Amino acid sequence: MSAFLQYLVTGVARGFLFALLATGFVVIHRVTKVVNFAQGAFAVLGGFIAYSLLRAGIPHGVSEVIAVLAAAAIGLLFGAVTILGNMSPIASLITTIGLAILSEAVAMIAWGTTPLTFSGIGGADIHVAGVYLPKQYLLLIGVSMVVLIVLWLVLDRTYIGKGMTACASNPYAAKLSGINVKRIGLLAFAIGGALGGLGGVLIMPLFPLTYDGDVSLAILGFAAAIVGGLPRPRARWWACLRDRRADGGGLLVAS
Amino acid sequence: MAFLAPGDRAGPGSVDGHTGLGLDGLGSTEPVVTKALGGGQTVLSVEDLVVRYGTAVALESVSLNVERGEMVALIGANGAGKTTLLNALSGMLVPSAGRISCSGKLAHVPEGRELFAELSVDDNLRLGAWKATSRDTSPIYALFPKLDKLAKRRAGGLSGGEQQMVAIGRALMARPDLLAIDELSQGLAPNIVQELSRHLIRLNLETGLSVLLVEQNARLALGLCRRAYVLDTGHVVREGLSSQLLDDASVQQAYLGGPLVS
Repeated sequence: MSAFLQYLVTGVARGFLFALLATGFVVIHRVTKVVNFAQGAFAVLGGFIAYSLLRAGIPHGVSEVIAVLAAAAIGLLFGAVTILGNMSPIASLITTIGLAILSEAVAMIAWGTTPLTFSGIGGADIHVAGVYLPKQYLLLIGVSMVVLIVLWLVLDRTYIGKGMTACASNPYAAKLSGINVKRIGLLAFAIGGALGGLGGVLIMPLFPLTYDGDVSLAILGFAAAIVGGLPRPRARWWACLRDRRADGGGLLVAS
Repeated sequence: MAFLAPGDRAGPGSVDGHTGLGLDGLGSTEPVVTKALGGGQTVLSVEDLVVRYGTAVALESVSLNVERGEMVALIGANGAGKTTLLNALSGMLVPSAGRISCSGKLAHVPEGRELFAELSVDDNLRLGAWKATSRDTSPIYALFPKLDKLAKRRAGGLSGGEQQMVAIGRALMARPDLLAIDELSQGLAPNIVQELSRHLIRLNLETGLSVLLVEQNARLALGLCRRAYVLDTGHVVREGLSSQLLDDASVQQAYLGGPLVS
């Protein structure tokens, strides 16, 4: 029983990581129609930036926030390269793969090839009913949940969120209504970058990342996005959790 | 929200929006787009407008004007260039040559309504005011009382007539001086078209809104508007008072299904 709970917690925590990546995928895809395979790069670069900032003596919290903002800026940059040139969807997809490879090269040159990690929030781990709960798991679950709920509220309830939906729904009519569709697309890329970066800084204390870790992250995030359905953001989060639970269950059987 | 800093926005669908929307540019020569000096009676003036799609010429030297408070029809067959003209007026495409001057704000009701299908009626209306100062939808509900009851409904689930009301309402949210409507009657039952026409006339009479009505149903358009232009393969082939055009033998032949038998 305790083994099952252990896997459940681990599975749910990883599920939230993929939910963050998948949500980035979906926000970018809905608004710009670009399938962004550089989504994993946001996580790796965000995590690595946090690593360097922490090593430079900048405290926890501040380092992570700066890293997430940096990942958002990287997302914005990738968005500018991808959508400002009126490329076809397939050309933009290939462009995002190119950007992912480029960011791998940059990460390798800047941080080397060994897996990197940093300690998460300190303090004793929690043991409940025989289940071992590192605080970082709880942080990952809690922060992801809050961020995803806030993002959903922003997209669903605010004027700017409706403007994003309008761009996804009918770009021509959005343009006629005076919405700058390209600018909203860049905003989507920045949100995608921030979500990826957040995933990276939250997961690195648990799973060390290497410079080429973006590929597996992107593929798992992409899978979660597809299972959840690219056009339907709400159904997707549940799918991520369900998948990772299944994954945990599989591990249980294997053990 | 630095992406959406106010101040650098052009009017919704207005000709001065060209700078922001120039990415779809088709022409090579920079067209002259100016805002006419205020106070004049002409709200829209188009001179020698040329639009090319690659090597194909969609509009060839089209000139027309709309006076303040006037309802003007633009009739013509499929492929005549009517929609192209409206897209050029609202800055959705960049003309190759010519001059568009608009002394106010132009809002474009596109062909086929083009609503934000998964958003509510109220959201659709509010998004029409993206660049306007007020997002108050109550004037629209006052104009179309039917929409008031449908405010929370998904726009994509409405009937054609209701969708057309939302499309017109969304354009009006930009507080335009000139409303350019592409195919008011498309796919709608005659009684619905009559209802929409009544709303349009009321709007024109009560607020002085100018209307440029693009229609395939020439009889409807000529009945609604005082003046009209006939567009054929990118050229204005006739212009004048609707009453004159209704009597014109070639117009009758081409657009009204032969002369009226009285």
